[in-house]
Amino acid sequence: MGEKKKKIVKTIKVDADKCNGCRACEVICSAFHATPRYSSNNPARSRIRLIREPLRDIYLPVYAGEYTPAECAGRDKYVIEGKEYEECAFCRASCPSRDVFKEPDSGLPLKCDMCESDPDLEKPLCVQWCLVDALTYEEREEEVEEETELEELEIGLEALADKFGLDKMMDTVARMSLSKKE
Amino acid sequence: MRYAETGFNLEIDLTRGNVERVETDPRDTELYLGGLGTNAKILWDRVPPEVEPFSPDNLLIFSAGLLCGTPATGCNRTIVSTVSPQTHLMAFSMMGGFWAPELKYAGYDKVILRGKSPNLVYLWIHNDKVEIRDATHLKGKGAVETAELIRQELNEPRAQVAAIGLAGENRVYFASIEQGRSSASRLGLGAVMGDKGVKAIVVRGTKDVNVARPAEFLALCNEVLQYIKFRNENPIPGVMPILAGLGSPQEMKVHDEKWHTENFMWGNSRVRRKDFWNDEIARQWAETLDSMRTRLISCYNCPMTCGATISPPGLPTYMMKCFSKLTYTMAAFSDLEFGLGIAQSATEYGVDGFSAPQVMAFALELYENGILTDEDFPGMPADNEGRFYWLLDRIVRREGIGDVLADGTYWASKRIGKGAEAYAHNNIKKHEQLPLKLSMLNPIYFLMYATGEKLNITQIEGQFPQAPWRTREEREEFAKDWFQVPDEKFKQYLVDWEPRGEKSMPFYPTVEMCCDIVDWQERMHYIDDALGMCAGLSSFPLKPPYHLHNYPKFISAGAGIDMDTDTLTQAARRYRTLVRAYNIRRGMRRKDDKPPENHWKKRFPELEKELLDTYYKFKGWNDQGIPTRESLSELGLDYVVEDFEKRGIYSETEDDSSSETPAEDEKI
Repeated sequence: MGEKKKKIVKTIKVDADKCNGCRACEVICSAFHATPRYSSNNPARSRIRLIREPLRDIYLPVYAGEYTPAECAGRDKYVIEGKEYEECAFCRASCPSRDVFKEPDSGLPLKCDMCESDPDLEKPLCVQWCLVDALTYEEREEEVEEETELEELEIGLEALADKFGLDKMMDTVARMSLSKKE
Repeated sequence: MRYAETGFNLEIDLTRGNVERVETDPRDTELYLGGLGTNAKILWDRVPPEVEPFSPDNLLIFSAGLLCGTPATGCNRTIVSTVSPQTHLMAFSMMGGFWAPELKYAGYDKVILRGKSPNLVYLWIHNDKVEIRDATHLKGKGAVETAELIRQELNEPRAQVAAIGLAGENRVYFASIEQGRSSASRLGLGAVMGDKGVKAIVVRGTKDVNVARPAEFLALCNEVLQYIKFRNENPIPGVMPILAGLGSPQEMKVHDEKWHTENFMWGNSRVRRKDFWNDEIARQWAETLDSMRTRLISCYNCPMTCGATISPPGLPTYMMKCFSKLTYTMAAFSDLEFGLGIAQSATEYGVDGFSAPQVMAFALELYENGILTDEDFPGMPADNEGRFYWLLDRIVRREGIGDVLADGTYWASKRIGKGAEAYAHNNIKKHEQLPLKLSMLNPIYFLMYATGEKLNITQIEGQFPQAPWRTREEREEFAKDWFQVPDEKFKQYLVDWEPRGEKSMPFYPTVEMCCDIVDWQERMHYIDDALGMCAGLSSFPLKPPYHLHNYPKFISAGAGIDMDTDTLTQAARRYRTLVRAYNIRRGMRRKDDKPPENHWKKRFPELEKELLDTYYKFKGWNDQGIPTRESLSELGLDYVVEDFEKRGIYSETEDDSSSETPAEDEKI
């Protein structure tokens, strides 16, 4: 556990009532996170997902959060203003019980990084591309406990280790590095 | 590597149940771009004029536009092309929504259907996995209902579904294909889909769409977004609200319908109600719209909220766009509550919101005039609104008189006879038009109505103001930051254009200017239809964010095909001419290029002849509207010349060409 420290927290306020369901947020998110940047586009890689059911008037943009190796017990339902939501709908986790917030090919977990880049963007791109103002960017000062952030590679490796076991993964890495040398 | 496009089409033979993934020729993309352009090439190559619309040899092509699936704002349209059962010419309606980008993410640019399935089926395209699945349990289901049922059955809430309703299954000539919040409605595409035994095409894709020069492409997208913001904050002054901003006409937002209800015609495009709109009606209609409209919604990757979810009391929710808000209301001399209610049924049945109300009003007019009698309408309710619901049900089931009416006003009037033809008065090339009847000829609109092969005025107009502002100062003000013009001369055309006097309609803009203006307007629509761009951000509004100067850059940076305004114009001319050639090969000639007789009260036959003569020449067509050898050759369409020569199209005498077209000889 780190010590308490004041920190600027980047947040996005989601006003679901303003959402027009266009998914521009998914479009620009996946383009920004492509390598090289903007070289491809694929909403299935987006770190924001719009749950969109127009006939039930459900529009819910959700951001990808932490990876979790295990399913939770959450199977409850919420009714808000007459509209029924799965508990899962609001969850940010990349978890084994569903296929959102995972790379479609490798299955590696995705997580919103607020479009971290150098130099910093003024606002995350999903906010910039949301012309109907369903998404707005807010910075808040919060007291937080410092923690070492996991690097992207580490998050990925952790997911693989959970899936295949650490031993098997180390074996594979060893074999791969051997075959590269040959 | 292919950029912007995937480079693969899905070829599906429904007769044999065969599915193939076929690589396309990148050279075709350079020549015909994609969407409508490459669809036209495929139809030319594979569907000769002898093929009937309901033949297994007719193709039904669903194509994403070239830039669909890239981050280009508003680029989401599916271009559906086939031979129309109503006109026997090429039909190429489009739909917005979410389907085309999803197809790209699944790894395909087009789905090409041929043959006929013996049983009702739906297609399930999930990346590399493509299945033809049984749909007999969906027979008779509504189009919206079908989409919901399929998503549940596949457990794929993110799948995009293009489906037909009962009208398509029963081959109603104005059946639509419904999808997302949009539909491909005009010219009976849904009937061809029903004839092929396909209830729906369902797509889910999770692959990448690549762009050639990423940073450059994104900068272009950002410019477009900035300009959309600017235009939203700066509507065009001095024009009616629906022409002031971007997007399709903002019918779902607007409460004030004075202009439409008093200028468009009611009933079977007959009655103008000049003093219709008053405070009481305004109050009632506002209440109706506010109580039924749940939310304003958009197509894929577009900030313009042109559509809405509508929940009429006691009926399921559906999605509506644009002018279908008023077409049923006005055809039935009713109110908005009726219009929004019957549109729910019409959307589930899957019918065109222009043709369907007009066909029903036409039937009732024949009834009032004794041409159709009580025997033709057994059990029809006495009230007007009840009659519309009753007729709609008969039509989509093809029961009794409904079977006749299901072919549209042109063919129905032929079948009914007894002078019914005079009541099918609002068609161009056998296809129902917007209910507009005006006083004096407008030369620009004359050319658009006469030669627009999409057969819908909204799909050729745009860019150039519909009428001049009263003062020169206002016109100069508009021209000041009008950078979208292809050439500076267009600004002068506008600035000099007066509402009255020497430089006013119908003799100003001059014939030559009219040719320039119509050609620009049409070119924009054709480019949109190849790229998959919505007309609402490009060809339709004044001062749009997409135009002839940034489009070549989008294509260069997006698809990696180097292009400038000239090469883009040349490509658009190429496939526009190919569409013309295709229809010429199916018998279309000069005599078909005409607006409805009564569209304007005051006509100018000599001017109209000069307009058409000059425009044909301008387009590189001969006096029968047939593209000349020289113009075809210049566009690299020598294969068309060869075909025309083989078929003797150039050696027709005047006599031959004025005879009935094959489409007219059709047994009915």
